[in-house]
Amino acid sequence: MLKSKDFAQVLIDSGYDFFTGVPCTIIGNLITNLTDRSDVTYIPAVREDAAVGVASGAFMAGKIPVVLMQNSGLGQCLNSLTSLNLIYKIPCLLIVTWRGFEGKDAPEHLVMGRTCDKLLDTVGIPHHNFNHDNIKALINMSYKLVTENREPLVLFLKKGIIE
Amino acid sequence: MNYREAITTITELLDDQLVICANGLISRETFTIRDRTENFYMIGSMGMASSIGLGVALNKPSKKVIILEGDGNLLMNLGSLPMIGSLQPGNLLHIVLDNEVYASTGNQPTISNVIEKSARYVYVEKVTTKENLRREMTHTLKNEGPSFLLVKIVDTAEQIEIGRVTHSPEQIKERFMSAINQ
Repeated sequence: MLKSKDFAQVLIDSGYDFFTGVPCTIIGNLITNLTDRSDVTYIPAVREDAAVGVASGAFMAGKIPVVLMQNSGLGQCLNSLTSLNLIYKIPCLLIVTWRGFEGKDAPEHLVMGRTCDKLLDTVGIPHHNFNHDNIKALINMSYKLVTENREPLVLFLKKGIIE
Repeated sequence: MNYREAITTITELLDDQLVICANGLISRETFTIRDRTENFYMIGSMGMASSIGLGVALNKPSKKVIILEGDGNLLMNLGSLPMIGSLQPGNLLHIVLDNEVYASTGNQPTISNVIEKSARYVYVEKVTTKENLRREMTHTLKNEGPSFLLVKIVDTAEQIEIGRVTHSPEQIKERFMSAINQ
């Protein structure tokens, strides 16, 4: 498993320089690391749509932002993604933890666990999945996609890939 | 003071300040009264004006950033008040035009009568007249924030048909970003 601080380093080395989000246990250590670092800013948001809004403002002021959240938060920020980011072409990388994957999780995660990727397909937001071997490649590719296409992009992170 | 008079009074005092205009009548009126490249018209994503403004303010400390929204927008994203209060962006001025209704959709009542003082803004003032709004704008534009102005709107004016923002969302973003970097 990749250490969260190394995961953070890959994000920063690839060019991302502004972070905000709402915690999930899968990204708990990552958020702690980003908060403790002096070279980047992590803004704790009250809701996932507020995180998307702050990230959008940060982009317009010159940053390339990352939003961290659990897949439960996708529903919360769907209106911001569709009526702000997609139509204004304001990009951000969303790292979304995939709770409820293959039905193995607490009951509150099961519906979003089996539908979160289809939800993104429906509204037209591209998404990819992290695995143990593609972390660096996927993050570097995401930076290129986000900055060139000027659209939000989701990278799903399941349990057991970073620690 | 109706909201047209309030927006006129506010925009008359602006030079290079960046303004995030909330969706609905506020964007449409501001566009009609004084279209500027420094205005970001948020045509959708209701509630997000304060979050977008916070994101801009944190990353562009050399410019004054104004959030211009109504009570409906503020109520939809009240959590942005403690976010702004905890992060303390000194260049942020948060203006809420409080008419106690959702005017863009036909004046259904809001519950904004509970909005008064917010947490940890360094300056909070409520104004009801054009003269006081002008005075408070002059003060808050000059001084360190985050500041909060609650502007009470008594909208007795008949609803005149008001045009929509004619710039495309991408044009709004592109010219706003070029204004940020000037």
